[in-house]
Amino acid sequence: MKQIGLYIILTLTAPSLVLASGRDVINIVGSSTVYPFATVVAERFGKSSKFKTPKIESTGTGGGIKLFCAGVDINTPDITNASRRMKKSEFNQCQKNGVKKIVEVLVGYDGIVLAHAMRKTQMQLSLRDIFLALAKSVPASDGSQTLVDNPYKTWQEINPKLPAKKIEVLGPPPTSGTRDAFVELALEGGCKTFQWIKALKKIDKSRYKAICHGMREDGAYIEAGENDNLIVQKLVANPNAMGIFGFSFLDQNSDIIQGSIINGAKAEFESIASGDYPISRPLYFYVKKAHVDVIPGIAEYIAAFTSEATSGEEGYLTDKGLIPLDEAKRQTVRQNANKLQNLDL
Amino acid sequence: MNNTEQIKKSLNKRYRKEKRFRFLSLLAVLIGFACLLILLVDMVIKAWPAFIQTEVKLDIHFSQEKLGLATNFDPEELQNANFRGLIKQSLQQLFPMVRKRSDKRALMRLISVDAEYRLRDKLQAEPQLLGQTVPIWLLVDDDVDTYLKSDKQFGRVSQEQIAWITELEQQERFQKRFNYWFFQTGDSREPELAGILGAVIGSFYTLLVTLLLSFPIGVMAAVYLEEFAPRNRWIDFIEVNINNLAAVPSIVFGLLGLAVFINFFGLPRSAPLVGGIVLALMTLPTIIIASRSAIKAVSPSMREAALGLGASKIQVAFHHVVPLAMPGILTGTIIGLAQALGETAPLLMIGMVAFIVDIPQGATDAATVLPVQIYLWADSPERAFVAKTAAAILVLLLFLTVMNGLAVWLRKKFERRW
Repeated sequence: MKQIGLYIILTLTAPSLVLASGRDVINIVGSSTVYPFATVVAERFGKSSKFKTPKIESTGTGGGIKLFCAGVDINTPDITNASRRMKKSEFNQCQKNGVKKIVEVLVGYDGIVLAHAMRKTQMQLSLRDIFLALAKSVPASDGSQTLVDNPYKTWQEINPKLPAKKIEVLGPPPTSGTRDAFVELALEGGCKTFQWIKALKKIDKSRYKAICHGMREDGAYIEAGENDNLIVQKLVANPNAMGIFGFSFLDQNSDIIQGSIINGAKAEFESIASGDYPISRPLYFYVKKAHVDVIPGIAEYIAAFTSEATSGEEGYLTDKGLIPLDEAKRQTVRQNANKLQNLDL
Repeated sequence: MNNTEQIKKSLNKRYRKEKRFRFLSLLAVLIGFACLLILLVDMVIKAWPAFIQTEVKLDIHFSQEKLGLATNFDPEELQNANFRGLIKQSLQQLFPMVRKRSDKRALMRLISVDAEYRLRDKLQAEPQLLGQTVPIWLLVDDDVDTYLKSDKQFGRVSQEQIAWITELEQQERFQKRFNYWFFQTGDSREPELAGILGAVIGSFYTLLVTLLLSFPIGVMAAVYLEEFAPRNRWIDFIEVNINNLAAVPSIVFGLLGLAVFINFFGLPRSAPLVGGIVLALMTLPTIIIASRSAIKAVSPSMREAALGLGASKIQVAFHHVVPLAMPGILTGTIIGLAQALGETAPLLMIGMVAFIVDIPQGATDAATVLPVQIYLWADSPERAFVAKTAAAILVLLLFLTVMNGLAVWLRKKFERRW
């Protein structure tokens, strides 16, 4: 009995003695959108190199940057993934905490799709349709420059070409990066098509933002949580509903759901990569330069992530739904990343 | 009408009432049981594909030239040799008609990415295979696996791929076998490679830390409060607080763990050690409350008899009261631990919700736990993870059943009647 106790104490404490001398696993945090891609790279990196498999936490972009910028000590993460560029304020926070040198790596793009079940005919929407369907307040239909609470109940009321089905869109909550990107690219994109609102941007920026970024709250837009698989299942169960999520979920479920055509572009690999599809956002990761020489494998991880076999046009990440950079851009990104060029905002 | 008649008249009504009540109670039990059964059956149906894995037989020619190795090569070079090329070559021989680059890629996608690492390990273990051609069973990709399991109703496989799969089927190159891999590996982003072992070991270390901390502290606290504590305001205050603590949402303990153990004491993030400490704080009130009621239930005559025979207070407590209360204490502890086993919210804050491939070797290695693994898989886009999620839930349910069964068994074993 005594021996068992001793053994337990030893197994519990022995690794902590090793730990005090350093860490040999790369510690990655950040965006849940980049997570499915970064984890694939990490796993292959662990298998094919002599280094351990990096540990990846899905904390969301903002949460990840906060942890990343906490300092340069060994208990802070080495890399943070982001589904948007680091903000100036976050960069300053980093600088203040001693995280002076940061390397920015652009990985590729992610499309956001507005999908629905396979059984219905494919929807053809414009950004203006999306804005009119989902914004909190919309321009009055008489053409005057006044705003009214969104009166539309069916898609047909917005645009006679659309089917007469109820507007019912499932999407992520405000804490999600996908939601931020959708609001910025789709809602604001449609909002800007009204000239007088666009003109407002110069005169009264906060009013412009309130109009273009306000999501409707009367039940037509349903917050369905962060689990995109759940949204997919709900779309299959309810063919009239539409859902908002990342392209990789459409790609993996392409036999049961389809993406809407937006501004004439299909939600497909090629059109997102070429930029024809209007709702796509860049994916990044940021590396703490001070850790590169302390934690083994960081430089090799960057090299593996930016290599052609990984994020190139035919790299394995494209099988997982990542939209790659064009070849010239990837080459520059790769060179700068491997040189550990400092980010300056 | 006399009394007897009156009673007789109401008797039928009373019987009916009783019958109705018994029927409704039975119905309640049946509804509860049916819900449980539906859940279980649904899980088992969803989970079964996860326990079966398709493999494909390829004739692999371990050609030195194709591997990119010189005549006198360093064994270290095997690590990065071109094993993918061997698979490509083998597929090429099977399907010589495939010429287009994109088709070749689609053909390669039939095979799991694990195949090249498996070949590498095989050659490292048996160097004499170099230069020979041997048939080897390799894992197929999750899309192919799902296609074959779902009665060929799966749209992610293209028409060309279906033709190749049919061809391979006719040559009897597929076999289905029990997926023992699932119980031997850690997490993976490829559904065909993902396993539960990493999470099971992580849960084990976490619960071990929880048990080692919360059991002694909880039992000691309960013994003191029941046997030795004076009745005053302070003790009342502590009692109220313990009861309150039992009702605090678990995420609060996670925040506490983050602030105190990680930020202040500098313990490692994502480690079962910290997870165990946090869960111990969470289970403490459960153990204290259960232990106290078990101790309270020991009949006062036992204490009085022991005291009467000259035992000291501490002897009474540890020789008589605690052993008699043990079944109750153990049941409380195991139920507390079972609760801790299913907990994810507090672990989110301390970084245990993470992608971890390597199996943890100790309580300070990065690890994840069973419920977190379920959550992560449920959130993955690949369809084959639906089955993995259900399978992981079954494993978790199995552990919970074993733990609760243990509680019943311990109660029976140590229970004393007189």
